[in-house]
Amino acid sequence: MGIELLNITKKFAAYTALDNISLSVASGDLVALLGPSGCGKTTLLRIIAGLDLPDSGKIILENRDTTWLPPREKNVGFVFQHYALFRRMNVFENVAFGLKVLARDKRPAKSEIKDRVEHLLKLVQMDWAMKRYPSQLSGGQRQRVALARALAVNPRVLLLDEPFSALDAKVRQELRRWLRKLHDEIHVTSIFVTHDQEEALELADRIVVINKGRIEQQGTPQEVYDHPANAFVYNFLGNVNVFHGRIRNGWVILGEQHHVEAPDELKNLEEKDGKAFVRPYEIGISRIQSNGSDLLGTITDVRLLGGQIGLELECDGFNTPIEAEISRELFRNLELGRGEKVFVTLNKVKVFTGDYEI
Amino acid sequence: MIDNRRKNSDPAAVQVLLTILVLLFYFSFIFLPLALVFSQAFQKGWEIYLEAVRDPFTIEAVKLTLLTAAIVVPLNAVFGVTAAWAITKFNFRGKSTLKTLLDLPFAVSPVIAGLIFVLLAGSRTPLGSWLGEQGIKIIFSTPGIVIATLFVTFPFVARELIPLMESQGCEEEEAAITLGARGWHVFWKITLPNIRWGLLYGMILCTARSIGEFGAVSVVSGHIRGQTNTIPLQVEILYSEYNFTASFAVASLLVFLSLIIVLIKGLIEKKFRKNSIQLQ
Repeated sequence: MGIELLNITKKFAAYTALDNISLSVASGDLVALLGPSGCGKTTLLRIIAGLDLPDSGKIILENRDTTWLPPREKNVGFVFQHYALFRRMNVFENVAFGLKVLARDKRPAKSEIKDRVEHLLKLVQMDWAMKRYPSQLSGGQRQRVALARALAVNPRVLLLDEPFSALDAKVRQELRRWLRKLHDEIHVTSIFVTHDQEEALELADRIVVINKGRIEQQGTPQEVYDHPANAFVYNFLGNVNVFHGRIRNGWVILGEQHHVEAPDELKNLEEKDGKAFVRPYEIGISRIQSNGSDLLGTITDVRLLGGQIGLELECDGFNTPIEAEISRELFRNLELGRGEKVFVTLNKVKVFTGDYEI
Repeated sequence: MIDNRRKNSDPAAVQVLLTILVLLFYFSFIFLPLALVFSQAFQKGWEIYLEAVRDPFTIEAVKLTLLTAAIVVPLNAVFGVTAAWAITKFNFRGKSTLKTLLDLPFAVSPVIAGLIFVLLAGSRTPLGSWLGEQGIKIIFSTPGIVIATLFVTFPFVARELIPLMESQGCEEEEAAITLGARGWHVFWKITLPNIRWGLLYGMILCTARSIGEFGAVSVVSGHIRGQTNTIPLQVEILYSEYNFTASFAVASLLVFLSLIIVLIKGLIEKKFRKNSIQLQ
């Protein structure tokens, strides 16, 4: 096991940042800690690195209990959100730092340090900037140097705290793909923290969804996205329409009288409040009524979402607008526009009740 | 562009008036007194000036002043860095109290500060008489002057460093720790290089104040000529003896020292600014 966390709890005064978290990460995996800001994910990462101490629990890195080791003996690489490069040192000195502070008997010879730093800077494609200072580099370049610096000490575990969130969208995406490729090359057990579900889905081998200091779900991106454990996970993993409804005799009633067939697990419930979720791209839009359950809606807003078109619909019997996403082609073919009346079908409705999880 | 600038600037009359006010202020509060010091000092010619400056008591006063500064400034640099490091890099109970206490020497009148040490270590107090038995004299002697100056100039370095270190945060230190650096190493390689200009600036302010300090030193020194007189005290003694020329001659030495300090401060500020711009 690469990283094993057992019952980690951390409180700040009255506020519980982490509530009995247990987690295993296999060696060589790239795992995302995904959650909204303030959910405790950064605290968890800092505790693994030893920068914060847990109130209780154990941290086992590569089969060694490191809970009470000082950070410098943990041998983890840490990449900070705002890079935290040493501003008075150039790129070379930054990357060499971790090697130069080693105890004399472990410190490599000068030429070895030079070779290793040059190798790492080549790996992160920054070897041309050896003599530059951090202030002379762009955000993306700084973060790559920070990564090389963290890797210089051959960490057993690499921890990245929202590594791309301070970068602009284009660079973020580039760096994401690049990091994935790099990880496939060097295979160091890695955890990265993010609040960006897209980033987690694209980059990670496994995703751990955290909310309010607890793990809501963990699994591969596919598992988590296709089979969300509960309403929070479903909601957090993408845009979604939320309807308050009632489950009665095998049917889910949304709005005033829209009936959707209840999922098998909920068929036997007599009557219960529930929440129904529909992804905007699972909403069908048509000019002709295909079956009895279609809703009649009016388009109140049209938005361009890159390759897609976003529609805001007001539907009979629903007091909140429904968001839908359709292809540009469909939008053109149906000759849609603001104020047009259309038929709306809700596909793949997910229903969660308070105490029941699908 | 030009129109915008016009709109945002004050009318010409206000500009001229403000400029004149500032110049008038500089003239009457800085230039005039300085001119007066030098004109009085040289009133009776070079020879008398040199004689006053070469007076053994004056030389002793200069020596004592420089000695005091030489002891006080490094000590306060160490205290200031330690306090700022503790306050900005760690969380602990009583942090805000410590921060307030740091400013205490600014809030307390220097005369009171001097008096505190007289009441604490004067020859009639238990501590003072015990120290006397050990052959250590604090009040009316050099240690007292050093201690009083230490107290009065204590906040300068810390006050300079705390906002700087707060704005820099702890991330670089944390990065260094995760890379395996020990505390001492982190301080020398990361923290100190990041604060060096601020530290130097604080030390210069500290030097200026310790050379010019009058109130606190006056209370603890006992005004023994050639032994416990610093330059400001020497100026006062000569003045109260109606020896104006000598008094102003010694005062001019103080002015020279101040000018040198202001010059160094200016140079450092320039460097400091260039550095912080580069680091943005």
